[in-house]
Order: sequence, then structure tokens, then C-alpha cells
Amino acid sequence: MSVTTLPSRGVALRQPGWIARLFDYKPFLIVMCLAPAIGLLTVFLTYPLGLGVWLAFTDTTIGRRGIFVGLENFQYLWTDPLWWGAVFYSVFYTAVATFGKFALGFWLALLLNNHFPLKSLLRAIVLLPWIVPTVLSALAFWWIYDPQFSIISYLLVDVLHIRSTNIDFLGTPWNARFSLIVANIWRGIPFVAISLLAGLQTISPSLYEAAMLDGASAWQRFRYITFPMMMPILAIVMTFSIIFTFTDFQLVYAITRGGPVNSTHLLATLAFQRGIAGGELGEGAAIAVSMIPFLVFATLFSYFGLARRKWQQGEAND
Amino acid sequence: MTDAAAQSTNVASATPDTMAWDSRARRVMMIYLPLSCFVLILLFPFYWMAITSFKPNTELLNFKEHNPFWISSPTLAHIKHLLFNTAYPTWLKTTMFVAIGSTFLSLFASTLAAYAIERLRFRGSPYVGLGIYLAYLVPPSILFIPLATVIVQFGLFDSPMALILVYPTFLVPFCTWLLIGYFKSIPYELEECALVDGATRLQILRRITLPLAVPGLISAGIFSFTLSWNEFIYALAFIQSGANKTVPVAILTELVTGDVYQWGALMAGSLLGSLPVALFYSLFVDYYVSSLTGAVKE
Repeated sequence: MSVTTLPSRGVALRQPGWIARLFDYKPFLIVMCLAPAIGLLTVFLTYPLGLGVWLAFTDTTIGRRGIFVGLENFQYLWTDPLWWGAVFYSVFYTAVATFGKFALGFWLALLLNNHFPLKSLLRAIVLLPWIVPTVLSALAFWWIYDPQFSIISYLLVDVLHIRSTNIDFLGTPWNARFSLIVANIWRGIPFVAISLLAGLQTISPSLYEAAMLDGASAWQRFRYITFPMMMPILAIVMTFSIIFTFTDFQLVYAITRGGPVNSTHLLATLAFQRGIAGGELGEGAAIAVSMIPFLVFATLFSYFGLARRKWQQGEAND
Repeated sequence: MTDAAAQSTNVASATPDTMAWDSRARRVMMIYLPLSCFVLILLFPFYWMAITSFKPNTELLNFKEHNPFWISSPTLAHIKHLLFNTAYPTWLKTTMFVAIGSTFLSLFASTLAAYAIERLRFRGSPYVGLGIYLAYLVPPSILFIPLATVIVQFGLFDSPMALILVYPTFLVPFCTWLLIGYFKSIPYELEECALVDGATRLQILRRITLPLAVPGLISAGIFSFTLSWNEFIYALAFIQSGANKTVPVAILTELVTGDVYQWGALMAGSLLGSLPVALFYSLFVDYYVSSLTGAVKE
């Protein structure tokens, strides 16, 4: 390394060009290094975030600048049964799907934490649903949920003879709601499982040895060692999972587009339908903004609710 | 790895006392059986996708005479239709262009930002890091409506350039945090030596820090590529004309036509659209796992 840096040192000493000196001036260099990232984030994230809040208080449509209308959009939403339906389904979808993802994902992580042949191959396979574009796997689910040629109906009706008629997965509101939740859980398990597996591998085996010397059962070891030790990472993964499940768009848009009879609209798909497809930018923005309180609440709840144990024990700096 | 192995042998050796079963049968029941169920369910949609894309239409819609789980006479008709009768190759090219462009843009921006935050330590650098991290928590579903108006103002509506500029909003926070973690693992002394030798800061970044952070750069790169390949809502909202659409959007909006769904072509399109990332993934599995877990742990 010294061989390559020596000549440049000589050059720098002989004629320190003003550009070289400028770039070695620390404050300038810091500004230059941060400029691209901060610039991109400001123009395409912070500014639109503020603009979105502003739009929510105007009656902007596509092609027409709106004027400030105060809380009119929100008052309208308050009386809109579709918005209430979307709020209900968003909360329901998030709650059920998150519970399913974490129950199954934690189980899968515990299974993968055992020692068995082909472990790394299996870990790679498990992550596949998360790697593949969601819309494309959603299309596969749409086909699996087909009213006439569903493979699940075929199994239940023609192979196992449990039912006599096909299941109408996407035709009735509750069936459609649960079908979407199943697809979401399927897609979310890998992320949860692999993240939690990483957490499991950091738990020191000596804790388990000590517990076993004290005669703890497998359930007690899980309840009093694994679970508390996993709390911090659970809190982080759950915060992420809740945020991205609540604001989910792709699955619903690809499989049902909010139907049947608007029963599966999430707030994000409703915002898209009103704002982009319907052209009512102001109203769409109001729906999008109405997600923010839910997100803040869910984040605070999952983060502080679960991470409480951590700061109670005074392990803030790790 | 060794920890996990040691721990599992401990668990295994302890089981005969608590359970009456012999430990091998118990192991099969408690580990291999649920594990194979998981793998079966997680992989089934892909199997279904693949098998549908090679099935002729007669087999596809006739479960009575043909076993739906197998193909008796495989056909390439769906893939041929996709490649020659639709704009699929164009969509693939656009998606590739957008994914590569936004990956390089966000790698450039986040390398510099991570270097400044982690190595040029200045007052308030942890707060800048935290701010960038918080940007990751802003979901695209909240942003796409105002962003659409911003894109129109910039005259970029319906252009792939819009996507290249917008995707870094969720790529830069992720990459920056990943790279901060990598830069942390590089010993400070190396840079101090170079400083004593008279290297400038940019030379240090280029000749010392970056070569040592190559695994991190690869992780960030493949992750960004995958995320931008899979992105949907921005591409749906900002692109109007058929030729400029990305694969996920195009399949959903251009191939789903009328009431009779062409499942063969749809599934073939999904399969082909998933292949690049799946291929990429199979080459770099370890980087994916390390970046996923590393980002969560940070």
C-alpha cells in the first residue's frame, strides 16, 4: 500500500493544487460527501412528504392546481363508509397477518436453528418468496385462488373428497379477505424467519447449559431464555413488519384490486384508486395522510411495548 | 455456527430424559416433518407457476383427464407468445435499465454518505445517520401521490429516468446503514497510516476503505438491484405508456386483458420476470443473508 501512496505524496507536496487542498478540507469534504444522499432524500422524500400533507388540505385534481379547503377532505372521509371499510380491513389485515407471520416465522427460525444436513441450502430456499417480485408471486396466488381451476379446490374436492363444491376464494368478502392475508403471511414468513434466526444464533449456549443444570424443561428454556433474549430483535423486526404490512399495496392491487364490492380495500389501494386512477389528488393524499397516525401509533406500540424489557434492564448501549 | 451446533447437541442429549420417545423419532416429528411442510408450502406457488407456464391450454383447464401436478406434453407456446407477440423483451430491458441505474446511483450516494458519517466523524454525524435511517421507515404508499406531482413538475412523467431518481429514496437509507456497518469493521489504523504517508482523504477512500469494503458494496448492490427490480407502486403510478413499463407492472396491466385470463402466458411472464433475481440470488445467497440480518441488527 505504501508503494502506491508514496508517489502521490511527492506530487502533493510539490504542488498542492487548490482543488486537492479544497477536497482535503474536512468541512467541505463532509458537505460534498453528504450532498448526493441528502439531496436525493430531500427532493424525493422529505419534500413530497410535506407536499402530501399540503395536498391533503387542498382540492387538487390531475391537471388543476387546487386551493386550500381546510379539513374538507377529512370531513368527507369521516362520513365515507368506504374509508371506514379500508381502515377496518387495514387494521385487521395488519393484525392477523403480523400475528401469523411472527408465529410461523418464529417457529421456522427455531426449526432452522437446529443442526441438520443441507442447512444452508434450506435457508436459501426459505428466503425465495421474499426475493421474487411480490406482484409475480401474487399472480401465482391469484391463479391458485381461481374460482374454477383452483388447485386447492381440486385437492379438497376431487382428491380428498372433503368438500363437494369448489371454494370461491375471491368471490365473497370474507373469503377474499382471508385469502389475501394468507398470501401476505406466505410472503412475510421468510423475512421474519431469517431475521429471527440471526438473533437466535447470537444467544450464548452457556445460558441453556446453566438452565438445564437447574432442571429447566424445553418450554421453560424457551419461555425464560429464548423469548426474553429475542425481545430487542423482535421489536425491530415487528416494527418493520407492521409498517410495511399496514401500507401494503401490491398484493391487494394484484389479486383483488379492492373487490369484491370494495371489501378488501387497504388504505393504500383506496388512495391509489381515488388519487391516481380517479384523478382526485387531494382526496387521495388525504387518505394517504390518514395512514400516518396509525403508523406512528403502531411503531411506538411495537417498539416501546416490546423493547421495554431492554431498557428496564439498563442495556441501552449495545 | 458452532454455537448453534453445540446448542442443538445439548438439546438433543437432554431430550431422552424428558420425553419417552426415542430421540430419533422425536427429531423426525419435531423438526423434519414441520420443516418439510414449511418448505413444501413456501415453494409450492413457484412450482405451480413453473408447471403452468409449460402446460398446453387443454391440460391447463382440464383436471379430470390430466393430473394437474404434472405435464404430459410440455409446450413452449406460452413463452414463445410472450417473447414474440408481446412487448415482453422491451419490458425486460426497461426493468434492467432502471434497476442497474438506480443501483449505481444509490451505491454512489450511500458510499459517500456512509464514509462521511462513519469516518469523517463530525459533530452531529450520529443524527445525520439517524435521519437517513428514519427515511427508511417512510413507506412508498404515503409518498406516491405527491411524488407523482413532483415528477410531473420535473417533466419526467412516463420516463424510466423518473424511476431511477425515485428508487434511491428507499435504497439509499438501506445501503447507507449497511455500509456504515462495514466501514466500522475496517480498522482506523489503516487510514491513519495513509494519512501519515500524506494521502488525501479521497485517496484513502478510493485506495484503502473501498477495496476493504467490497463485500459490503456487493451486498448493498445486489440488494438494491433486487428491490428496484421488484418495486411496483411507483412504477405503476409514474409510467403510462406500454413500452416504458417495468416487468411487474406490465404483466399486471398489459397481459391481464378481458375476462378470460391467459394463465399460461401470465405464469410464463411471472416465471421469466422472477428468473433474473432468482439467478442473482442463487449466486450471492450469503451476501443476501448477511445484508438482511446485518441491516436488522444495526
